[in-house]
Amino acid sequence: MRYLPLTPADRGHMLAAIGAGSIDALFGDVPKAMLNPAIDLPPHQGELAVERMVGAMAARNLAAGAAPFFLGAGAYRHHVPAAVDHLIQRSEFLTSYTPYQPEISQGTLQMLFEFQTQVAAIAGMEIANASMYDGSTGAAEAVTMAARLTRRKGAVLSGGLHPHYRAAIATAAEAIGLALDRAPWDVEAREDLAARIGPDTACVVVQNPGFFGQVRDLAPLAAACRAKGALLVAVVTEVVSLGAVAAPGEMGADIVVAEGQGLGNPLGFGGPYVGLFATKEKYVRQMPGRLCGQTVDTEGRRGWVLTLSTREQHIRREKATSNICTNAGLCALAFSIHLALLGEDGFRRLAALNHAAAVGLAERLGAVKKARLVNDSFFNEFALRLDRPAAPVVEALAKRGILAGVPVSRLIPDDPKLADLLLVTATETTRDSDVDALVQGLGEVLS
Amino acid sequence: MSLRFTKDHEWIKREGNLATIGISEHAQGQLGDVVFVELPEVGRVLKQGEAAAVVESVKAASDVYAPVSGKVVEVNPAVVADPALVNRAAQGDGWFFRLELSQPAELDGLMDAGAYAAFAKGE
Amino acid sequence: MKTLTGHRGLDHEEGLLFEQGQAGRSGVDLPTPPSVKPRLGGLERKAPIGLPGLSEPQVIRHFVRLSRKNYAIDAGIYPLGSCTMKHNPRLNEKLVRLPGLADIHPLQPISTVQGALELIDRLAHWLKTLTGMAAVALSPAAGAHGELCGLLAIRAAHKAKGEDATRRVVLVPESAHGTNPATAAQAGYAVASIPADARGRVDVAALEAALGPGIAAVMLTNPNTCGLFEPEMKRIADAVHKAGAFFYCDGANFNAIVGKVRPGDLGVDAMHINLHKTFSTPHGGGGPGAGPVVLSAALAPFAPVPYVTAGREGLGLVEHAEGSGSLGRLKAFHGQMGMMVRALAYMLSHGGDGLRQVAEDAVLNANYVLARLKDAMTPAFPGFCMHEALFDDRFLRGSGVSTLDFAKAMIDQGFHPMTMYFPLVVDGALLIEPTETESREGLDEFVAALRGLAERAKQGGAEVFKAAPALAPRRRLDETRAARQPVLRWKPDAASKAAAD
Repeated sequence: MRYLPLTPADRGHMLAAIGAGSIDALFGDVPKAMLNPAIDLPPHQGELAVERMVGAMAARNLAAGAAPFFLGAGAYRHHVPAAVDHLIQRSEFLTSYTPYQPEISQGTLQMLFEFQTQVAAIAGMEIANASMYDGSTGAAEAVTMAARLTRRKGAVLSGGLHPHYRAAIATAAEAIGLALDRAPWDVEAREDLAARIGPDTACVVVQNPGFFGQVRDLAPLAAACRAKGALLVAVVTEVVSLGAVAAPGEMGADIVVAEGQGLGNPLGFGGPYVGLFATKEKYVRQMPGRLCGQTVDTEGRRGWVLTLSTREQHIRREKATSNICTNAGLCALAFSIHLALLGEDGFRRLAALNHAAAVGLAERLGAVKKARLVNDSFFNEFALRLDRPAAPVVEALAKRGILAGVPVSRLIPDDPKLADLLLVTATETTRDSDVDALVQGLGEVLS
Repeated sequence: MSLRFTKDHEWIKREGNLATIGISEHAQGQLGDVVFVELPEVGRVLKQGEAAAVVESVKAASDVYAPVSGKVVEVNPAVVADPALVNRAAQGDGWFFRLELSQPAELDGLMDAGAYAAFAKGE
Repeated sequence: MKTLTGHRGLDHEEGLLFEQGQAGRSGVDLPTPPSVKPRLGGLERKAPIGLPGLSEPQVIRHFVRLSRKNYAIDAGIYPLGSCTMKHNPRLNEKLVRLPGLADIHPLQPISTVQGALELIDRLAHWLKTLTGMAAVALSPAAGAHGELCGLLAIRAAHKAKGEDATRRVVLVPESAHGTNPATAAQAGYAVASIPADARGRVDVAALEAALGPGIAAVMLTNPNTCGLFEPEMKRIADAVHKAGAFFYCDGANFNAIVGKVRPGDLGVDAMHINLHKTFSTPHGGGGPGAGPVVLSAALAPFAPVPYVTAGREGLGLVEHAEGSGSLGRLKAFHGQMGMMVRALAYMLSHGGDGLRQVAEDAVLNANYVLARLKDAMTPAFPGFCMHEALFDDRFLRGSGVSTLDFAKAMIDQGFHPMTMYFPLVVDGALLIEPTETESREGLDEFVAALRGLAERAKQGGAEVFKAAPALAPRRRLDETRAARQPVLRWKPDAASKAAAD
């Protein structure tokens, strides 16, 4: 076994040093009848064999890069610079633990401090934490945080919020007795959320750009929340949009939650991703998750530590702000390196490229007769209304080797009014030939 | 009147119908460097034993309970601004809040300094 | 020694990204965007964002310099108890990057991701077989998330029986990891504590006495946080079930028993498995993890979505279960796929035989450390341990050296410290988990260093311990200052102010 250094001689010597007659003597507390059950699993394998087995499974999937590809809906395909993957595979980042010993973890800690600064900047907020599992669980944490801050027991969820996010929020919020007001699905971004705020509304959760792609001004809603003592939680599922669209913080959000996958991280069939979580300084004590803070060592040199840990489960136990224990460290690192490479100019340019690609795609799709653009605004993703249910159309295009987009019914199966909607995304990775293939394929399938 | 103490390490000093409350010298020593204090809202009505304030060090967080029942009439902003004050003067300037007593008889059930010192030593 | 530059040999002082940037610089070449009529609804971002501009060589140098300030399992033993810091095979990193796994979208048509579903299904089979459980939920993102999944499944089961309103309390041993009570609270339960007995095991009589119609579940870690197997698991399970409650097992320490005993045989109803511990997905400086939860037949109907099913046209994915007993959805998409790939590769590499060897060697290594140190340090409990050796601070009494000082002195000797002050039920706890991937020679070196330090502490060298570490990139850091005046992000004004000081 290539990963196990002990030899039979080692084991014999060690058992003698321990004073145990056999390995199983060390398992003396396990009931005899239950020890060493027959386990029907194949025996160990060399690298080559394992590579072939997993490789065979990988080969049965259609990789996004191998097809014209237009999916989004909370996971976005962007080009990740080669330096990112090289750096995150450095042993010292990949195989280190949570930085509980700051003297020998300054690399991870400084990186987290930089990450927090980057996240706060792009969200337009004062502070950010060291990351959550992903955007959806971050959104759920934002709702429970708002409930603690306001001591209110309700939340309003926008009809433009990603359905998986709505579901993840529901699972977490209802477990602790919060009442959710789910606004109807809002394809056109015309909902009046302010009217839904009541005396027990802790927060309103709204996504921008919305699940259906619309970009909206959050400032009026932020003002309405303030007037009624509720908090505004803004969700961003495509982090690259923050390079082009006004930041939620600028529009008055109290908590900003974003899915950071779009920078540095692959699609990876849905995870692991990285949740960005930013808020105002005055709310920090109710913030979930790890925080890295600046300090000095005994020689006065600047350094970093995990701080404000009394919020967390290992100290507060059942009174903690959250049970979260890990963060998305390595994904946060990938995010941070990608954003460092981009810089201000690169980030803005990347966002502009995405928007231009989507505008171009929308124009080209105008030639498809039985598909109509729903959105009056969008970033890099928009909804098309087809003249028939979108799911079979997507399936038919997949048979032609085109990954055409996400049928809304995949996420909202129970609303016939939405069955004809197709979400389509273009990014800087979208080629002209991909667009040609989609325009032609969609036209043919719909004819 | 002299200080009285609880088993949760609060001290209380009665002055007429008012009482001042803080954490004991022993408690601040156990906590180590205090980094954060959260105080109750003025006007809040507390029952004896109810969690009223929070005191935190780097590695620990403790609730501070109301030693007796009453209404919060004043809090000490100095310990919020400078939590180290709790370490420097736990039983003086580092007080937490003042109550208007509603059940003054509850004070009789608390320990005097001698009894508390024995209790803290045995803990 | 002070140098002119602040750098010390290979250890470079490195400023923040934000202190190095210049406007107009970038580490990425992107084409000029074509000019289009914007469709952003008039909501363009106008004000500067405040991101620094750096070229690729600068960015690489920055992060390489940072990396060298980290300890890592690849560089030395990482004996953190309850964390299972074992070797991370590089094959797993290679496989997770195959385009057929890294470059697939979670919402692609099911017909285009059959290999991904097969991989998930295969992983599920291994986990169920190793634990002897009926079902597994693969979407939880980490151990704590898995705990939440398990407790919400339990809550859904009580709801289905009409008992949710009356069963409001979860019993948790006082030695439990902090996530257990935190999770119970997050699942909407009150927490009641169960004491440990003098041997470091849960007090079974106290537990049985606490059971009743108000108890929803018992959460127990096994092997427990003291590194000991709970010998009365079956008795506890029977009592819990008789009382109408469910038995949740925290599987953080599964590495000690994988292949040796199945939690299902012990009567467990739900257990999360930290793939980043037992199945060696890299810790990455604190995450991401993955926390699949195996479920008994009684809880299987309440599993979250999504889950894989087998149908006539291949594998399918159930993503909606409204109206069924399912507890709902825990997160977007399907779970930590990248961790599942790595974990399956790890399992395939070891095989059923190798996984049993993993547990045996992990337990052997821990007992070897315990045996070699028991006269120099003070074991918290007598007898053998499982995969972790737990010491208390009696061997340091009177020396003026605390557990913390002792741990910091290990850094100067080239070792990452063990877990300290956990579990809380042991005074000044030092919890050592060597894992199975340490060689005997490596353990001998580690043991020799600890023996030497223990000897030095007893001989009155407290100042050296108090001043440690002296040889790390930083001396001890002022955590009080960090908490009293939190500085949680870089700000331009703060930097210029610091420079002026």
